[in-house]
Amino acid sequence: MAFSVAIQEQDFDVGAEYAQLVEGDKNAGAVVFFVGRVREFSQDHSVTGLALEYYPGMTEKVLEKLIAQARQRWELNAVRIVHRVGSLGLMDQIVFVGVVSRHREQAFLAAEYLMDFLKTQAPFWKKETRGDGVTCWVNANEYDQQRKARWD
Amino acid sequence: MIQVIFLAQLREQLNTATLEVDPAKVNCLSALKTYLVELHPEWSPFLANKKLLVALNHEYVRGDVPLTTGDEVAFFPPVTGG
Repeated sequence: MAFSVAIQEQDFDVGAEYAQLVEGDKNAGAVVFFVGRVREFSQDHSVTGLALEYYPGMTEKVLEKLIAQARQRWELNAVRIVHRVGSLGLMDQIVFVGVVSRHREQAFLAAEYLMDFLKTQAPFWKKETRGDGVTCWVNANEYDQQRKARWD
Repeated sequence: MIQVIFLAQLREQLNTATLEVDPAKVNCLSALKTYLVELHPEWSPFLANKKLLVALNHEYVRGDVPLTTGDEVAFFPPVTGG
């Protein structure tokens, strides 16, 4: 369980994920985690919910590969990625990335690296429901590509 | 057979989630695209989209690659998770 991914419809419990990440680890000196949530405003319009789709079989593999890449760059004790799929409402949690290391620098960097690559590499797609009831696929943005390019 | 999968917005644009192609008809990715457009000319602008991503057996691929029976090819738009 030290390095694991989960793709699931149900919500996750940040406290439980944290407890599991550090359980029995006497060298878990630093823990950094990120939670992504459904927010009300996306660019110029209001959002009331999201439908999240993925590519079963590939998405898990990509996430596992990202963890392996992060482990080549930094010394990590544990990593956990949870990403939800299906129907999500406003303020719902979408994604959890938790990283445990001996020191904070590695944990901060690895968490950011994993999120930057997850955003640009992992096959997930969001379809928004807007305030007027219209549904619309979210477009990938250039900013995420630039964030990822920083690590090249 | 070669399994072809379309995901997310592309699936809706083509109104198709999956289809099977006889490997005797296509031996590489570029030939698969040509074959699909021959069958469905209205798919042409969507499959010609340069931003489209392609995976072969769950791994990203770029450019042309050979295809063989049992392969799974997926076409999908840029990802927007997280």
